[in-house]
Amino acid sequence: MSATTDHLGRPTVAITGAGIVSPLGRGKADNWAALCSGTSGIHMITRFPTAHLRTTIAGTVDFIGPPDTTASELTYALAEAAALEALAEAGLDDGDFAGPLFVAAPPVEVEWPQRLALDAVGARQGGEPGYARMLGAARAGAGTAFVPSARFAAVANRLKRRIGARGLPVTLSTACASGATAIQLGVEAIRRGEATRVVSVGTDGSVNAESLIRFSLLSALSAHNEVPERASRPFSKDRDGFVMAEGAGAFVMEPLAAARARGATVLGIVEGCGEKADDFHRTRSKPDGSPAMAAVRAALDDAGVEPGAIDYINAHGTSTPENDKMECLSLSQVFGEGIGGVPISSNKSMIGHTLTAAGAIEAVFSLLTIRTGTLPPTINHQTPDPALAVDCVPNVARAQAVTRVLSNSFGFGGQNTCLVIAGEPA
Amino acid sequence: MTHRVAITGIGLISCHGVGAAETWQALAEGRDPVVDGRTLAPYPIHPAPEIDWSEQIARRGDQRQMEPWQRLGTFCAGLALDDAAIKGEETLTGTMDMIVAAGGGERDVDVDSAILAEAAAGRNDHGMLINEKLTTELRPTLFLAQLSNLLAGNISIVHKVTGSSRTFMGEEGSGMSALATAAARIRAGQSTHALVGGAFNAAHPDMLLSYELVGHLHRGDWAPVLGRSKADGGGMIMGSGAAFLVLEAAEHAHARGARIYAELGAVAADNGDDEAGATTARLGRLAAETGLGEADMVITTPSGAHARTAIEMVFLAETLADTPLRAVTNTTGSLRDCQFPFGVALAALSVHHGACPAATQPGHERPLDGAPSRIGVLTIGCEEAEGVAMVTAATGLTS
Repeated sequence: MSATTDHLGRPTVAITGAGIVSPLGRGKADNWAALCSGTSGIHMITRFPTAHLRTTIAGTVDFIGPPDTTASELTYALAEAAALEALAEAGLDDGDFAGPLFVAAPPVEVEWPQRLALDAVGARQGGEPGYARMLGAARAGAGTAFVPSARFAAVANRLKRRIGARGLPVTLSTACASGATAIQLGVEAIRRGEATRVVSVGTDGSVNAESLIRFSLLSALSAHNEVPERASRPFSKDRDGFVMAEGAGAFVMEPLAAARARGATVLGIVEGCGEKADDFHRTRSKPDGSPAMAAVRAALDDAGVEPGAIDYINAHGTSTPENDKMECLSLSQVFGEGIGGVPISSNKSMIGHTLTAAGAIEAVFSLLTIRTGTLPPTINHQTPDPALAVDCVPNVARAQAVTRVLSNSFGFGGQNTCLVIAGEPA
Repeated sequence: MTHRVAITGIGLISCHGVGAAETWQALAEGRDPVVDGRTLAPYPIHPAPEIDWSEQIARRGDQRQMEPWQRLGTFCAGLALDDAAIKGEETLTGTMDMIVAAGGGERDVDVDSAILAEAAAGRNDHGMLINEKLTTELRPTLFLAQLSNLLAGNISIVHKVTGSSRTFMGEEGSGMSALATAAARIRAGQSTHALVGGAFNAAHPDMLLSYELVGHLHRGDWAPVLGRSKADGGGMIMGSGAAFLVLEAAEHAHARGARIYAELGAVAADNGDDEAGATTARLGRLAAETGLGEADMVITTPSGAHARTAIEMVFLAETLADTPLRAVTNTTGSLRDCQFPFGVALAALSVHHGACPAATQPGHERPLDGAPSRIGVLTIGCEEAEGVAMVTAATGLTS
């Protein structure tokens, strides 16, 4: 039996449960089958009218919850589904988990149907349409049902109650790196000896007209609306932006020693986490790619491995012109030209960009890559970008034994977080 | 190996002024609060003071990229870095960790009102209306000025804090988790120095709306936080402000000759329901974990929300009857995300100055004999989350 501490004498962090919801479906089995067959979960938006919108496609999750649900409700439902799947796999009581909870969740605010309802109620008291009237309606008690939409802690608190987690749950956002940060916080708590089990979740059910318009106004979204499933084209020359999507990913993690002591199946190890903030610009990366590179190096150092020990890279790979170029540039400086022959593929070619959830969902896919010996493809790779000479596992999944994955997550606001995930030590 | 945590930098903004010194002076004197009863009437707020933004945010382009809460926070983070003599020291800022407690928001009131006006005028195709207006009227970069993690992002850009950047969300609890996590990382050797804090802008109707959904807000004239009547609403008066702390491993602080205000001791937080006195039971556990019973005084930050402020006062009266308290939100207002860091900063200033904020609520607050060297900080969120921290004199941290 191998050591239960890592190269720095810290408790080795075992993954004992994993759960996922994405536009491809609910649960690991369905998701993995679809992902490895190159299926896209991107479709025309039906949740809200798309007239006047530059982008009319997304990877919304429309199979959980009622059709006219709030972003807050859907974000919770996705988180709960992923967390319960992970707890069931770990063989732990899903009503009395008794460990800390870390939830990456999207920012919240009162939602449009709620504003319209409040203003309509307020109109009966007179006054001009707007905030004074909505406040008047709220004062009269018309808004109590909207509270979960206006509380940043609502999703995590509700999930804490559902699974019986302990302590004050952490709700976090590091933009599109959030899911990876949730896992990192869990890893750090275990290494500090604070917890013998943690749940880390990344969840996002926030695709609505306004969120779409906001990203669209920043020119971040693909407008390849004609054939939605072909819109997300990471590493292709004709990529034109990301496709918004929804979903959730969850890990149950424990010290390896504790997991073995209770006879749990160890699915994999989170060997390292690395982060580095970028001070260059609110949405663009430093041109030399140094912060992303530093995050990769920090994750490798934390794991105690050299670049040569990485068999596969789960890319951030958003399909924006900027991200894919910068990601390849940064990785090339660590792994060598063309990323040193290490295959790198983007799940986002199929599921789109699940934003706050992406880091967690892609960590689950990284784990499944190791466990099944299959590299999921980068689909829609018809026109390779000659400037990005990488092996992106184009279009078709590949059988390949993998012992260690680097999973990248980068976000607006200079967020860069990387995870190193490995199989169970022999 | 366990490291002790030193507080070496403090940045504060409140209606009392800009900076730790100004804020401390006002509270030590027991100055009356600054109240704006007109802008968002019938709701009084404690407004932000006049600020010359260029003192901490040199580029006007950067100032324009932020909504007021981000500007308050970015400015205040600069104050804390300056105070710790870290600002501009790129070897220190480039390795500094950061945890920001943030909400978000500050919507475009004009755009929202225009949409509501057309709906009120009879348009029923709300989805189409929203698309039409938002695609043409929204300022493209407003999203970034609203986005929760962009306060941290702006701090990276303006002050070059780039070791790491994490944003915690969740009202008062976010500030508790931020301090608890940053301190735990330093204790465990996962971090050597960290910037922790947050900001809140009360002067925006959207921020008030989220609280008034459950009738939390006090209306009409200002009244003391421990004496607000239910006839005047829910008891909360929001304040604009910000609080940032520089935390360091004691060795790290000593090695660079940093001035140490105080030591940050145990930090503990929890939440849950209130069935069968559960809140009081949690407070009892948090108090035991942090040694709150040994405090010379307690800095508490009641939101004013009636139910939970009452629970807090009964808890303090029953378990810490002999310990003087200062309910500092009385003259600053409720500061949401940065409430707990604000309280911890005031505790650090109190032990540093060997004095405590003046009593401003007779009958609740009484004089303290001697200089405080051990201060408990208690924050109870208006709806949920409870946090306790112990702040002790720096004399315990000799190198």
